[in-house]
Amino acid sequence: MSLDALYQEIILEHYKNPRNFGKLDESRAKAHYENPSCGDQIDLQILINDDNVVEDIRFQGRGCAISQASASLMTEAVKGKRLDEVEKIIESFTSLMTGEGEITVELGDLEALEGVKKFPVRVKCAMLSWTALKSLLEREKKS
Amino acid sequence: MMDLSRYRKDFPILQQTVKGRPLVYLDNAATAQKPLCVIEAVDQYYREYNSNVHRGLHTLSERATRAYEEAREKVARFIRAPRSEEIIFTRNTTESINLVAYTWARQFLKSGDAILLSEMEHHSNLVPWHLLREERQIELRFIPVTPAGELDLSQLKSLLDGVKLVAVTHMSNVLGTVNPVEMITAEAHAAGAKVLIDGAQAVPHMPVDLQAIDCDFYAFSGHKMCGPTGVGVLWAKSEILREMPPFLGGGEMIHEVFLDRSDYADIPNKFEAGTPNIAQAIGLGAAVDYLSEIGMDNVWRHEQEMAALAIEKLKSIKGLRIFGESAHRGAAISFEIEGVHPHDLATILDEQGIAIRAGHHCAQPLMRKFNVQSTARASFYFYNVPEEIDILVEGLKTAKRMFGYVT
Repeated sequence: MSLDALYQEIILEHYKNPRNFGKLDESRAKAHYENPSCGDQIDLQILINDDNVVEDIRFQGRGCAISQASASLMTEAVKGKRLDEVEKIIESFTSLMTGEGEITVELGDLEALEGVKKFPVRVKCAMLSWTALKSLLEREKKS
Repeated sequence: MMDLSRYRKDFPILQQTVKGRPLVYLDNAATAQKPLCVIEAVDQYYREYNSNVHRGLHTLSERATRAYEEAREKVARFIRAPRSEEIIFTRNTTESINLVAYTWARQFLKSGDAILLSEMEHHSNLVPWHLLREERQIELRFIPVTPAGELDLSQLKSLLDGVKLVAVTHMSNVLGTVNPVEMITAEAHAAGAKVLIDGAQAVPHMPVDLQAIDCDFYAFSGHKMCGPTGVGVLWAKSEILREMPPFLGGGEMIHEVFLDRSDYADIPNKFEAGTPNIAQAIGLGAAVDYLSEIGMDNVWRHEQEMAALAIEKLKSIKGLRIFGESAHRGAAISFEIEGVHPHDLATILDEQGIAIRAGHHCAQPLMRKFNVQSTARASFYFYNVPEEIDILVEGLKTAKRMFGYVT
């Protein structure tokens, strides 16, 4: 069953024990994203240091295994990375989900989410936290 | 248990496999499947007598007009409406409620008036009133929902003070609860308020007698009762319909048009501007014939038995919680399973050929009341059989196992 590809052990593990779950200092910018069709929610905060490195990142959310595991895996993937590397990770992960564009970096554990591609209605779930991250980074760039 | 399984063969769509398994369709509260007789009625209209109604003087048009108006009469008899001209064909329940909000309410409700709704309403019976409130100072009040998922009517009398319209659902699409609409209507009338009932989940599943309910407006959809999509019904008392301004302007709804003004047609045409959904209305007429042949008493009895059996078997799953415990209920059953999100449940069930709904069911305020984002919902119709409950329960156990829980 392709379900096994969707709900891989690592995804269920991150769903049950999300990494980087919680809040940063209230003063940090926050991105709140919701999928209106299903109600999945994500709150994301990020701390970027003077060397343009993601020093810390936290999320809070409610939702399905795919949306919450994707958020958890995302925080692990980008924490400690330079912003230009983070952008490449975002692009590559988006390619993994949509089949368009190129995968230019090693995605590591994130590859466990590849199975989502076969369930088009669930791609939105997997992308929720990534949309939040993109908008946070754009805001950080402007400020 | 009442056996209506012989009717399954009338539904071509139910004969298929999904993901290699026989389809188990448990999303009937969203839309019901169509029997062959309905599909053929629509097909026959397009093949044999497609033409416009009410204006052509040729054979096809006369036949189409007759079929369209017969459908109106069939629907009227089906819900015991006193007069068939009180049946207005719309697109769906949503449009029917909006019609009342845009015509009757905008004509007769003033700033300071109140509308009484309930906490278990579908968005289609909330948003039209929010839109009205953006235009004028209307107060919206809500009958609370108890933890068991019933309307708390203990304060109804005081809630009705100053209310001009009560708009409530006949049966909750989330909780399955059937509300005491006759009693609510009587109380509302005693307080001088008009009553609108959202019957989207009721008319498909139980005998509905509008003369017994005695409400003023009643709205429902064709597609949830074996009819085509794109046709719904607004029923209202004729004296109310006659004093309401038209909804949409155009052909069909006029008596006489001048360059600078027009006189409107009498009901029902006054509310059916433009070429109506002719094929769909004829299809709905066929659906009404079909349901009448089965007997709505039989449909209702079967579904109550199915609901009771499904709830009993679902409760055997550890960590499963059912929302709505009313004794007066239909077969729409919402639930959640601890540790497995409803969307994951829906995906895992779909892989086993089982169609359920997961989400907020267009009732976000009710979700908040129960402190959930979404629920899973299995909803049954007369063509569902007890074996499908067992398949659902096994499917849910599979989902739990996939997520690493013991079942």
